[in-house]
Order: sequence, then C-alpha cells, then structure tokens
Amino acid sequence: MSANNSFPTPFSPTPHPLERRIIFANLTKPDYKPDLITYLAHGGYNELRKALTLKPSEIVAAVKASNLRGRGGAAFPTGVKWGFINPNDGKSHYLVVNGDESEPGTFKDRYILHRDPHQLLEGIAISAYALDVHLAYIYIRCEFPHAARIVSNAIAEARAAGFLGPNILGSSFSLDVFVHQGAGAYICGEETSLLESLEGKRPYPRIKPPYFPAVYGLYMQPTVVNNVETICHIKHILRLGPEEYAKMGTPGDGGTRTLCVSGDVQKPGAYELPAGSVTLRQLLYDICGGPRPGRTFKAVIPGGSSAKVLRIGEKIITKSKNSDGSLSEKQTDILDVIMDASNLAAAGTMIGSGGVIVLDDSRNMLWALNNLNLFYAHESCGQCTPCREGSLWMAKITSRMLSGKGVPSDPRTLLSVANNIAGRTICAFGEACSWPTQSFVEKFPEDFEAAASNPITTLTAA
Amino acid sequence: MSAIAPSAALASSPTTEIPLINIQIDGQWMQFPKGTRLIEACKKAGKFIPHYCYHPKLSSPGNCRMCLVEIGTPKLGPDRKPLLDSEGHPLIAWNPRPAISCATEISEGLAVRTDSPLVRECRNAVMEFLLINHPLDCPICDQAGECRLQEFSVEFGKGESRFLEEKVKKPKQVDIGRHIILDDERCILCSRCIRFMQEIAKEDVLGFVKRGSYTTLTVYPGKRLDNNYSLNTVDICPVGALTSKDFRFKMRVWFLKETKSIDVNCGTGCNILIGSRENTIYRITPRENDFVNSCWMPDSHRLNFHYLMREDRLKSPKVNGLDTTWKSAISEASHLLSSHPSSKIAILASARSTLEELFLIKLIIELLGIQQHDILPRPQSGDGFLIAPDGNPNTNGARLTGVAANPPGAQLEKIVTAIRNGSVSGLLSLGEDPTKIGLTDQELQKLNFLIVLDILPNRSTAAATIVLPACGFAEKRGSMINLYGRLQRLNKAISPPGNARDDWEIYRDLLFSLNSPSTTTPRTFEELWKLMAAKLPPLAGLNFGKIGDLGFQLDLPWLEHKGPPPHSAPAPIPPKMPQNGNKSP
Repeated sequence: MSANNSFPTPFSPTPHPLERRIIFANLTKPDYKPDLITYLAHGGYNELRKALTLKPSEIVAAVKASNLRGRGGAAFPTGVKWGFINPNDGKSHYLVVNGDESEPGTFKDRYILHRDPHQLLEGIAISAYALDVHLAYIYIRCEFPHAARIVSNAIAEARAAGFLGPNILGSSFSLDVFVHQGAGAYICGEETSLLESLEGKRPYPRIKPPYFPAVYGLYMQPTVVNNVETICHIKHILRLGPEEYAKMGTPGDGGTRTLCVSGDVQKPGAYELPAGSVTLRQLLYDICGGPRPGRTFKAVIPGGSSAKVLRIGEKIITKSKNSDGSLSEKQTDILDVIMDASNLAAAGTMIGSGGVIVLDDSRNMLWALNNLNLFYAHESCGQCTPCREGSLWMAKITSRMLSGKGVPSDPRTLLSVANNIAGRTICAFGEACSWPTQSFVEKFPEDFEAAASNPITTLTAA
Repeated sequence: MSAIAPSAALASSPTTEIPLINIQIDGQWMQFPKGTRLIEACKKAGKFIPHYCYHPKLSSPGNCRMCLVEIGTPKLGPDRKPLLDSEGHPLIAWNPRPAISCATEISEGLAVRTDSPLVRECRNAVMEFLLINHPLDCPICDQAGECRLQEFSVEFGKGESRFLEEKVKKPKQVDIGRHIILDDERCILCSRCIRFMQEIAKEDVLGFVKRGSYTTLTVYPGKRLDNNYSLNTVDICPVGALTSKDFRFKMRVWFLKETKSIDVNCGTGCNILIGSRENTIYRITPRENDFVNSCWMPDSHRLNFHYLMREDRLKSPKVNGLDTTWKSAISEASHLLSSHPSSKIAILASARSTLEELFLIKLIIELLGIQQHDILPRPQSGDGFLIAPDGNPNTNGARLTGVAANPPGAQLEKIVTAIRNGSVSGLLSLGEDPTKIGLTDQELQKLNFLIVLDILPNRSTAAATIVLPACGFAEKRGSMINLYGRLQRLNKAISPPGNARDDWEIYRDLLFSLNSPSTTTPRTFEELWKLMAAKLPPLAGLNFGKIGDLGFQLDLPWLEHKGPPPHSAPAPIPPKMPQNGNKSP
C-alpha cells in the first residue's frame, strides 16, 4: 500500500497562505500512509469517540449549525438533508457515500479515498450514528480500482479495531460498511441512479417527486446520499465545534471547500480553501500562478464540466437592495467574483463539484465544447428523450463544424437543442449536458460563427 | 427503472370512499378522487395529453417527456394560507419548469395548463428529438395508420427537419420471439413492453442495452420473448418497433373494419376487436374491459381465428352425403326427429354455442321431450391469468338454459352407454364431435340418424345423416356468460362461407318445422331475447342491446368464481438457491 504514496499528487508540499487544509491536512503530507496506525497517530477516531457520547440529534444540530453544503455538485445544505430523516419512523435508514467522482475536472475525492480512507470511515461512523444508520455503502466508480481496494482494507482494519462492526467502541451502536464498485457510468454520480445501480439495476435516475432518497431511497427506505468530501467534513465539525467551523466560510457556505484547478495555469492542483474566501483572480493568479508563459486566460469553467463557462473579461451585474429600499446595480469583473456557491450562482454558473477548468487563448472554444459534447453524448443514460437524443445531436453538430462542414444555422440549432433539453428531463443531466452548449455558444460566438460559414448546399437534409 | 405504480383510484372498485381533490385544468376548477394521476384527470376533463411511455395499466417511468405540462400550486400568503381570488379559488404560482403529467399525482389546489405556449414548445421539441433518429419508413411500416409517432407528428410536430447528421443505426428485423419481430431503429425506448413483461406477464425477458441514443431494446441473452402474452407488447408499442409475425405485411390497418366481440377460447371471454376486410379476418386484438381482461389477452387465443378461413369449411347442408337446400335439410331433420320416440334421441350440445342458440336447443328439447342431453365439458388447468380453468366460453349459458346436465357432463356417460346398447338410436351433435365423448365411428354409423351442426368437417360429419353448416364466432351475433357470470356480446364481423347459416336461425327453422306453437317460437332475434328474458329469471328486464360493450354482470346462484380474473400473471416461482456448502460447480 505504501506504493500509493509514490503516485504523483496535485498538492504542493506546503499549503499556499490562502489555503486552510482540514480535509487535506494529513493526506498532503508526503509520509502519510492510508493505514490505521498512521491515522491513529494523527488523532484518528477521536471524534467518533466523542460522537458516541452525544445524542444523535445533537450531531444533526451541529451539522445544521455548521452551514456545511454538499460538496458533490448541488451544494445542498447537509444539515437540511439530514433533517429529512426521522430516526423514530421505525424504518431502516441507509447512508450511501457517493464516491463516483465522475464530473470532469474534479479530482478531490480520489485523493481522500487513496490517501486518507480512515478519515472517510470516521465520518461515516459519526454520520451513521447521527442518522440511525446501521448499514452504509461507499459507492466507488470502477475507474478507481485502487481506491476500492484501499478503502476495503481500511474497513477491515477499522472493523478489527472496533471502530466499525458490532458495538462500536463498546457502545450499543453497530455499523457495517461495504464498498460497492460501479461499472463505469457518469450518470451513477446522480444520487438516485447511484441507488438503482447499488440495487443491481440499470442506473436510470428515478423521478422526483416522489423518489427523493430521504423518502424512498435505497430499497425504498429513507436514505442519505452524501459526497465523500462532505462526509469527511463531519468529523471536523465536531472537532472544531460547529460555530468555529461555520466561521471559516460564509454564512451560506460553511467550512472549507476544495477546488480542483486543471488546464492552462502554471500550478494546477487541488486546493482547500475557506469557503468564499478567494476571488477567481486570487485563485488563478495568486494560488495557481497565472497563465502559462506568453498566454492570457480566455475562459473558466468553475464547477466541473457541466457548469456554465465564464468568459474572462465579462462583467457580472448584481442587484442589491439599499437601506432605503431602492435597488442599486453593481458591476463586477468576472475575475473579482468570489468562488462560493451563492456568488457563482449570481454570476449565472455554479460552484458545483469545485472542478475549475481553465482555458487560455490557445484554445478554440468549439473544440473544447465538442470535447464536452462527446463526453455527454457518451454518458447520457438514454432514459428520457430530450437528453438521450439531444446530447448526441449536439455532439454531431459540433463534430461536423470542427470537420469544416459547418453551416450558418449551426450555432442557432445548437442553442435551440440545448434549450429544448434543459429543465425537461428526469435528472440534472439534462442541464449538465446543455449548459456547456448554451454558455459556450452565447459567450464565444466568434469561435462558432467562424466554423459555421459553409453554405447549406454542401449537405442534404436527412 | 423506478416508476410510479398505476393509481389506486383507477382500480375497479368505485364503491370505496375516496376523498375528492380540487384541481384547476386550463382555468376550470374540477374535482377528482385522491390518487388520480394528473394525465388521467386531464383526460376525464376532455383534455387529451399526448404521451408515449405512459400506459394506464402500467407504472409511469416518465421517460418520453411528451406529457410535459405547466403546473402551478396555490400562492401562499404570509400566514402560509392560500391567497384566494374573488371566487374563492386559490391564486396560482406557476412553476417555470414543466412537469410530466403521467407521474404527477393530483394534490389540493394543483393547477395545470395543457396547451400553453411552453407546453406546445415542449411537445414540439420532444417530437423533433424522437424523429431525428427514427427511420421514417412509414411506407413499409405496419404501424402506419395507428402509429403515435405519425399522429403526434401531425398534431404537435414541426413538419420539417433541421437534422443534418447521420442517423443512429440499430438492429433491424430481429426475431425475438415466436410471434414477434423487433425493429430497433423504430423503437422510441418508451419501455412499455419491458414494463408489461415485468409487471403484467411477470417474465422479465426484455431490457435495454447500451446507452444514450444508442440504447437498444433486446431480449436477455439466451432468452426469447415466447411468453403466451407476448403479442400484448405489440398492441402497446406506440410505434412499429414490435410487430406481429402473424399480421405484419398482411393488411394496412386503415382498411380494417373493427368489430367489438369476445374471445371464445375459454371461460374468461376476453374482450376483443376483430379486424377484418372483405370477409377476411386479419387480426384480433384485445379490447379494454376492467371487468374481464383489462387490456390484455393470451397469444394462443388471439391467433386462433385462421380456421374460420379454412377452405374445407362446411358450406352446404347435406342429407346422406349429398348437397341439398336448407329447406329440404330442415324438413328431413324434423322428419327424423318427429318419427323417432323422444326416449331414443339424445342431444350432444356445446358450451361453445351462444346463449341464444342454447336457449333454442332447450326449446327443441322441451318440444320433443328429450331426456338425454348434455354438453361436453372442457376442464383445463388455466394459467392463473386470462386462460380460465374452463376451456368452454359459455358453460354458464349451458347451465342457465338447462341444456347442460348438473353438473355439466354428468349425462355423457349415460348417453354413450345408451347409444352402445341401442336404447338411443338418434343423435343430434350440435357443435361438438361425438367421437370426443368416446363413441367410435362404427357406433356412429350404427345410429338410425345422426344430425351434425358444425362449421368444419370432423369424424362425425362423415357419418352424419344430415350436416347443417353453421357460423363461426366472428360470423354471428349472440351472447355468452363467462366463468365469472358476466354476460357478453359476440358481434358479426364477417359473413359465413357458402350457404352456411347463423346457428340460431337453423334452430328456429327446425322448431317451426317441428310445429312448435307460433306463440312461443321466436321469429326474430328480438323476439328470441324477449322470450329468453321472460323465461330465464337472471335475464329479467334485459335485451341484447342492454348488455353493452362491456357486458352485464349476472347473479347466478351456482357461481364458484367471482370476477374479475387476475389482471396480471401469477408471480414466478423464484429459482431454488443453492444450499450452503452445496454450491453448484
């Protein structure tokens, strides 16, 4: 297992001054090993010990007070999600940890799974105790075979040491944790299709309402599905206290947040920052070292590949209410937008899974969009019509445009196809596959118009 | 796939108290029972919502997105109570996101717009998406004329294509079962067939492979769609993806005349539509009736009609093997019957005959004073679904008229013995083959006379003194009482071949020829019903028209089986799991 430490990592040995490493505190240390001895030497499982002395409702209250938001993409308040579970409803409850980390541009959970699995397991044990869960699953995508092995070993270690299994640490609380490996589908990151997959079925997302996991989840029982990183935060909420933890972030987004920066920057990597503490400018220039030599930034996808792209130079107009009730407009340069859930939402995009993809002036946006479109066409589960047919159609249009056979109506068709998908599908994949097209075509019309100049006569309509 | 189960409100028990809920449909406030799916509520309000994947008898997967509508919920005031308009109805906060009406259960104050610009735009977009990879091979597709894709294209589509790309290629002419051919390019992936096999036929052999636009319907490796209910998947397939081997390429559906009737292959009496053109039947499809067969019927029954078109159908009355006129055949028959003592005559009738025919047979029995009469029972195991444990479609009719012994078949042994020992020397075989009750060809030949009424030749027609060619089930009208006591109508779809005649007319003419008193002998079908309703108490007040398309429930004192039959197959017996320590190699 020590071999894993020779993997190249996206972490600088010393944190950037703007960073605050909590989740990444140990796993960024070069000599840190994913075994139990190392974890215990770093204070591991102390929070579990503490948690077992608390009432489950006290832990749920602490998570609510921490302002923690889900780190998987939707940024749903974790405490609220947990509040949907009624521990006294007499039903079986399940905790499912979403380790499918499949959003392009996101690579935080894999390092947690590879390098600090016990941090996750401690979070699972605390969360399960709080939610009256006695059976938890960690869903790991098939592209992470090492992670599955490492986490399985960690489960065995923790069980042998009494941190998992029957009567944890001599208490009356028992918990079994199992690793489930996916079969290689982006859609399995969507929580309801993950549950279908876990049940052994084709991973078609469920219709909501009524199949909210908290009501009809795994095996139709109340279920909490949380991202790997989200669950890791739980022990730190107990360690620091919810107020202290919340204070690190903003009122609407507590604690720290990991951002995975990839693409055309000097220092790509995974960074853990207090939520809402940096602007895009600070992230790109201070933390990531600015553009590559001789290049300028062109575009940023701030929250994983499905987030709407931002054009460097664009201005965000936000409205706020003055004390006398009048409205005032504020213009913000896109680089001065704060990288948190609410500010990116105001900028028309999302923090998503924190996968920041940077493109510089060497990139053609049609090429970049085609890359994403091919991905989404390949990953659409095919359950519902607009996404199934629309994602492949968009990919075919951008591929044809790239091959020099664009026609003047293409940008218009692309936008219209995307508009016909978003908001009309069973799951959020509809938005995920249409937001890139909508934003790329709207914000970089020049790259699309240049490729759309061929006259229609070269093609025949099908 | 996760899907909403059919609403409880749709179950056929209108007697239980279900609370009513107020909803607004296109501006009109209406009430519907709690648990109703929005799409059903709209349908009842006369607002048709186009849909592909939704089927009222199956779960709602919500996958086709054709039934998207605009919905809204009551606007709430600061006190969390709905704000009301001048008429006391709640004001509506409209949701910017359209919702599927098939999987949305109605709730108090829910409002829906079924034809707003957004709704029209959604339908238009879904139509375009469904068509871009569709082969558009309507000229050679059997579904043409009853294809939802065609119909909704006209009504909700754009009428032009802006798709410049190559279409996705998928398997064509896939032989997936005894009766079924699959064309994957036509498939719109609505999953109705998959859900039918899971939820109704309970043989989970269909599924999707691959993903995205390449998703392909197929049978599980090593399995076939050979279930005896497989053709129902063809019925519910909204497009031409699943076609019936028996029907494909035979006839354009718009040429078919559809006649409402019932299946006569067992005691269930599945309601059917007979599709015919120019005196030929091309197909039979189930007709919805929640009191009987829901929307389904067994393949073995719906395909059992080709015999009506057989070349060797009995087409002419015969006396002593020679073709003759009806007049002389009837008078010869009545002569034989009246010149023999009634104690020497037996009648073997059929519980495949209609109630009207059996009633007239009973009049003959009473007129002549015949003591020995019965029907041939057809007990069978049934399939726990729509194949009843009785292979006769009208055993209850035979019991009600008194043509059958009690219990049916109890007299048969006596009749056979009497024929063998010569105490009976004349036999009327009315729609049955007497060799099936154990009589040999020699024993039949030994009879003084054998009068056979039937539609096809059998061993007894060869030995018959008189052959009376009659009508098959699709060539006549009449009624039958199914195993559950439901009186249902047969209707005439085609004419019988040659000089074959409607059975009831043959019996009527025979009665008149036997000098039955004209006051108690019906001349017309209407008179026949008047007499039946007067003589048979369970039919009191009824006439043929009153039976209705969905039948009429009779209260028969001897009914063992209370309907309706189960509307899905029994759950399969799970395979035996290997015992611990006894793993198979």
